[in-house]
Order: sequence, then C-alpha cells, then structure tokens
Amino acid sequence: MPDHLLPLGSPTAVSDQVGVAASPALEVQGVTKHFGDVVANEDVNFRIERGRVHALLGENGAGKSTLVNIIFGLYQADTGEVRRNGEVMNLTGPRDAIANQIGMVHQHFQLVPVLSVAENVVLGDEPTRHGVVDLDEAAAVVRRLSERFGLEIDPQALVEDLPIGIQQRVEILRALYREVDILILDEPTAVLTPQETSHLLEVLRGLADTGVAVVFITHKLREVIAVADEITVMRRGRVVGHTTPADTDESDLASMMVGRAVELRLKRTPASPGDQVLTVVDLVVNDDRRTRALNGINLDVRAGEVVGVAGVEGNGQRELVEAITGLRGVVSGSIILDGEEIAGRSPRQISTMGVAHIPEDREKFGLIGAHTVADNMVLNRYHHHPYSSHGIRRPGAVDDEAARLVEEFDVRPPNIAAMVATLSGGNKQKVVAAREFSHESKVMVAAQPTRGIDIGNIEFIHRRLIEYRDAGMAILLVSAELDEVLGVSDRVAVIYGGLIVSCEPAEGIDRDRVGHLMLSGADG
Amino acid sequence: MRWLKPAAVPLIAVGLALGIGAIVLAVSGANPIEAYGALIDGSLSSQKTIGRTLEKATPLIMGGLAVAFAFRAGLFNIGGQGQLVVGGIFAAAVGFGFEGLPWIIHAPLALLVGAVAGAAWGSIAGLLKATSGAHEVITTIMLNFVALNLTDWLASNSWKDEGILSRTPAVEESAVIPLWGSFPTGFLVAVAASFGCWYLLERTTLGFEIRSVGLNGDAARYAGISVQRIIVATMAISGLLAGAGGAIETQGVIGRYEPGFNAGLGFNGITIALLARNHPLGVIPAALLIGAMEAGGSMMQFNADVAPEITDIIEALMLLFVATPIVVRWFFSHQEIAEVSVTSGWGSS
Repeated sequence: MPDHLLPLGSPTAVSDQVGVAASPALEVQGVTKHFGDVVANEDVNFRIERGRVHALLGENGAGKSTLVNIIFGLYQADTGEVRRNGEVMNLTGPRDAIANQIGMVHQHFQLVPVLSVAENVVLGDEPTRHGVVDLDEAAAVVRRLSERFGLEIDPQALVEDLPIGIQQRVEILRALYREVDILILDEPTAVLTPQETSHLLEVLRGLADTGVAVVFITHKLREVIAVADEITVMRRGRVVGHTTPADTDESDLASMMVGRAVELRLKRTPASPGDQVLTVVDLVVNDDRRTRALNGINLDVRAGEVVGVAGVEGNGQRELVEAITGLRGVVSGSIILDGEEIAGRSPRQISTMGVAHIPEDREKFGLIGAHTVADNMVLNRYHHHPYSSHGIRRPGAVDDEAARLVEEFDVRPPNIAAMVATLSGGNKQKVVAAREFSHESKVMVAAQPTRGIDIGNIEFIHRRLIEYRDAGMAILLVSAELDEVLGVSDRVAVIYGGLIVSCEPAEGIDRDRVGHLMLSGADG
Repeated sequence: MRWLKPAAVPLIAVGLALGIGAIVLAVSGANPIEAYGALIDGSLSSQKTIGRTLEKATPLIMGGLAVAFAFRAGLFNIGGQGQLVVGGIFAAAVGFGFEGLPWIIHAPLALLVGAVAGAAWGSIAGLLKATSGAHEVITTIMLNFVALNLTDWLASNSWKDEGILSRTPAVEESAVIPLWGSFPTGFLVAVAASFGCWYLLERTTLGFEIRSVGLNGDAARYAGISVQRIIVATMAISGLLAGAGGAIETQGVIGRYEPGFNAGLGFNGITIALLARNHPLGVIPAALLIGAMEAGGSMMQFNADVAPEITDIIEALMLLFVATPIVVRWFFSHQEIAEVSVTSGWGSS
C-alpha cells in the first residue's frame, strides 16, 4: 500500500523543494512528433515545477494532447527527450508513467460505472488481506485521501450514480492513491458546470500547495488567469509563448493562441425583434427514464432576436431542445411555430416547416463521420430538389452546394470529398452550422453551439448567429457557458428544475444574480 | 488501382489460406500441387466445369448480397437461409402450379414470387426490430427454424409430389431458368442484382438513407430519416435477394423444391459478404472463388484422393484471416489495412 496513506508526515519536506530550479519535476526538451505528414509537436520545450499549477493553453490541434500523451507514455517522441528529476525517462506506456508517479485524468473518464468509488480508486492496485480484496481498507484509504486533499466523497457510492464533477474527483483520487507527484488533467473543465469548475480550480490549487506539480490543458482563458502559476501557449505544434498571469491578460493569451488579434467581446447592435415565431406553452416532457424533465415550460422567441437559455446542465435543456425539434415526444402542452402546432410531429416535418437545429452533440447527432463533407452538408435536404430527383441522387448538385458552403463558412481543409470524421472539432461544427443556417429556416435552435471548439471558431459561430438574427431569424440559444448566453443573447431565460424561472433582457443583467437563479431557482 | 487497397486484406487472406491449405494437404499425405491442380481442373478447365462454377456461385452471390446489403444499414441478417428456402418453395409452387404459360411470363413470375416471399420473410425480422427493438440476429436465427420446418411441412403435405419422397412436383418446363450451352442464365440475374444493389446504395436517396442509418442511426434520425422505416425496408430487400437466390436454385438447378437440398447456402452468404467486405460488387469475385472451390472439390477427391472437406478448411481459414486482419497486417505491416477493416463492426449493432 502506498506509504503516504499512513499517518501523515510533515508536508514541509515537500514544500522545501518548491522553486528549486536545478532539476524540475519534469522537463521536455526538443521533442518532435510526426503522424504521417502531420507535425503534431515540433521542437517542444516544456518544464513542470513541483508545487505549481501549469496551464497548457492552445486551440484544438495545437499539439497539447500529443505533448501530454508523450509525457504519459502513450506516444513516443520521434526526437528529443523527457527528463524526470533530471534523468532521461523512456516510457513505453501508461504503466511506466504511473511507476514514475505521473498521473493523468483524461477528458473521457476511465471509470467502471457499476463499481463503488473506493473500488474504482484502488482498481489495479488493490489492498488485499489473505489474498482477497480488502474493501474496508479501500474505503478507509479513500477517506484518508479525501480528507487530506479536501476532496469530499462517499467511498461507498456507485460511480454511475454520481454527477460528472464528482466522477472527476474519483479520477483525481485514483491518481493520488498511486502517489503521483505530477498530475495531468486533459480539458478537466470541459464537462463541468461553473460551480464545479470553480471547485475544481480550488482543488488544483490545494494539490499544488502540497507539492504536486499540476498540469492542466484548457482553452478557457478565464480559468487560466484564475488559477495558473505558469502558462505555456502552443500553436500549430510549437510552443509560442511562456508567461504568468501577472504578465498577461485574456486578450493577449487569445492572440497568442490564435496567432492574430481576436475579438473576445462580440460586437453587436441591439435587436429589432419582430413577430413571435416560436411559442412554447405549458410544455411537459419526460426524460429517458420517464420522469418529468419539463414541468410546464413557457417561452417565446420573436423573429430577429436571440433568446438564451442559461442553466446548470440537466435542468431540462436537452429535453426542451429535443421536444422542439421533434426528437422527443411531448406529454402535454404545445409548441407553436408561426401559428401552427408542431408538438408531436416528426423531425423531418418540423425541419421542413422551418426549424433548424444545431445539436449539442455534433458527433452523435449532427454528423455522419464516415460520410463526406458534401453529404453532411445536405443531410437535412438530400431528398429535395436539386439534390435528388425521383429518388436518384444528383451528386453534382450536392457538390456545388457543399463547395459554396465550405467557402462561405471557411471550412478547413476546403475539401468536400473528405470524410467529416477527419476534420477538427471546430470545422465539424462549421459544417453543422453551414448546413443548418443555409436551410431557409424561421427558427434556429442552437444547443451548445460552441462546445469544445477553439476561440477563432467560437468567434465565427457567434458572429453568424448575430448575422442571421439581423436577417430576421428567431434564435433559441441553449448553452452551459454563462458567458456565451450573456454575450450573444438579447433576452436571457434561466431554466431550473424543468421550469423557466426568469426571462429578462440581457442588457444590464447581473451575472451573479443569474448564477444564483441557475443554482437555486430563486433570487438571492 | 483504387480497388486494390480495400481488396488487399481479402486477397492476402485467400493467399494465406491456400498456403496453409497446402501444408495441411502435405501433412495428410497428398501432393498439394496435384490437389490444387485437380481443384482448378474441376472448376475452370472447360466450358462445362466453368458452367458448374458459375452455377455454384449464383446462389452464393445472392446470399452474399443479402448479408452485405443488410449490413450497410447496420443489420446483421443471419436469416438468409430461411429467406432462401421460403423463396425456393414459393418459386416451386408457381413453377408447378401453373400450366400453359409462356416461358417469358412463367419463369420471371416464379422468380418474382420467390423473391417477394423472401422479402416478406425478411421483413418480419425488420418489423420486429422496428416496433419492439428485438435484435435481428436473434429473430432471424429463430425465423430460420420456422422457415425450415414450414417448408418441410409444405413439401410433405399441401405441395407434396406424388410418391414417397417429401418434395414438391417438378416445375413446368416453362418455369425453368435454362442453361445456355453450359452457361447458367441465373448467373446473369445474380450479377445484375449485384450491380442493382450497388446502384441502389450509392446513387439513390433510399441507399443514402440506408447507409446513413448504418453509419450513425442517431444522426440519421436527427436528419429526419425514419430509422424504423429503413430497418424494415432493408430487411425486406435483404430477404428479397436471398429469396431470389432460392428461386434461381429451384428453377435453374434443382427443378423443384426438396428439403435439405439448399442446406447451408444461406449461411455461406455470411462468408461471401465477409470476403467481399460488404461491397455489392465485391460479392461477385468472392462468390466465384468459393463457387470454384465447391465445383472443383469433387474433382480433387476423384483425381488427387483428397477428402473434399479440405475446401471447407480452406474456406474457414480465409474467413479467419479476413476476420482477423491483424494477422494479415503482421504479414504486410501496412497500417492502412487495419483502418479499412469493415469486420470490426460485425454484430455490434
């Protein structure tokens, strides 16, 4: 059993090492990694110090994941070396990394849902008594760890019953159980609510204070400024900057990431809303487990305005979007589009009547990865003229439309014959957006339209939303990013427990009050 | 050479299987060169033997198409055997039930009825899946048993021939799909069906919907495609192909329906589809290969004194290597080969 779990020694021994520049906890020197013709990392240098929180910042495809995967032993560098406490380290897999006290929390958790927290933490290195796994001891271990690091958790709870933020805590505990002193987290906040995020940042700070070197990958600037001691920025496989929060600000970092000046604040004119286009009246909808997800929601969107729905995930947003777009049945209530009832109609009927939809999970719903860009561009209208006639497809017409959209939406690479699965996340989202915006719709339901894509593309999608708003489209924006809702919307509706608890103009709205409403459903 | 890359795994697999087959032959005391010579002799040496190969390949193409087509919608149709015997017996019923029709009407009519019967049988599994989510692997296996017993019963009761044998009467001359010299005309039907399937999948909106459902059912539903409708339609078309295969076998080879005569033909479709990597045109060479081995197997027994089961072993080895491209990759150390693997998804949906 790891010895740091025995009665605690003095942590001062660890903190003495903080700031010893002679041999950093880990140093990457001149690492280059190719995948075929693609250079994922080029001459990368990177230092990790004990007791520091090091943010690794960059757009998608900048080479961050490749770099940490090399550190974690999942990839081998073509050239260059990785030194651990001054000595060259040759890892051939995660097992070696763990033996070298390097832990990693992946973006997609590697937990066994049906096992308890304690079982997951000790899995692979179980405490035993007489050759049998000692579950009491495992639970005790987890309790000691969680007290020591301030990660409150019930060791007996089943992982599948826990919210995402707590599951992540299990992942962190699992690394700590293996006595890591370098902890790498890949986009740890991508799946978290704002409250979970701020708690995680506190935990990372606390871990660093006990002497652990924390590396976290992100593209969210606010978090970097809030918690990092050091910041390394990557772009196109290279390290393009190293700085500290004291020496920089969000817009500097954004420019460094993207390689050009970036507008962090969306420029927009006030909306000039027209008629009510979409009206949701007393809508009741069940979730997948057949329990109520929406308890009689009322909401309306007018032509030429963006209504943003803010809320902690799991308060009925998904069910609202799915009900409006026909993907989910309605228990009662109605959804009126331009005077016509659409509740209960099929997705195709609703789409034809003028509701476009950017789905929250573009990989699962928005795209067919093995189809070409061209085929995905017409996924909502492949059966219409001119893309087909009498049931026979017309590839020429499909290609023409796809080529036009690829240019208009700046999809890269501009190759309509490429499989969509080969595109980056941001470009995939541009394909979805291009298709949905170009479908002559009255209403756009945009669910998490910028999730997991990089700054340049977020800016692009936001500008498009405003452009189409100005052209008279009614836009319903659902997002877990409060900044996005506040920055893009004309009116902000807060959803809590399957009800809209407030709906008011975005102009001059109080961010903290909205945060309270999201958390408790009430002011104050 | 665009076709070469997807064909690499099957080609190497066939080569490896023949190589190991040669070792097995040598170990069992036969001369591999002599044995393979006899195999070729019995399948490709003359018009007559080529005709036999084409005749053997015909139902294999149809069965292979049935499996490959369903797979493009993500469905694993194990029910080819059942759909084939249903198609076979209904074609026989039309074949012996009508007298005095001209060939140009009678033969196509029997083929059509057989195909439609297969389609109806196949769509049962489709309906069950679409309405209740029952997995098609289970339902098609069960429906195989039902179909085999049902056709046995029909052949020994309502549609029984005179005499003691459980079989239908012979079809009328006007319902026979004839040999043209030694060339079986049914083979043309099978080749046409292959091209038809390719066209349907690649060029029509229905085919686009089928492929979309197979690749990502959630996204297909989001895009407005009725996944249920596609499942039923796909199973019906798949059954249609297998049923037509049974009809061609009845009208062109056996001349009547006899229980047990088509044993295994439907299941061979799975082999063919695997070898063809579910490509409708790839089914033709795959079926020709297996057809040649079956046609030549008896010659091999006769001339080289090798048990015909050796061809089964070689077929099994081919399947093994196609299904485990890692072995082939190790031979070739070519990364792309692993990536074009279609087999990884079998049975997973």
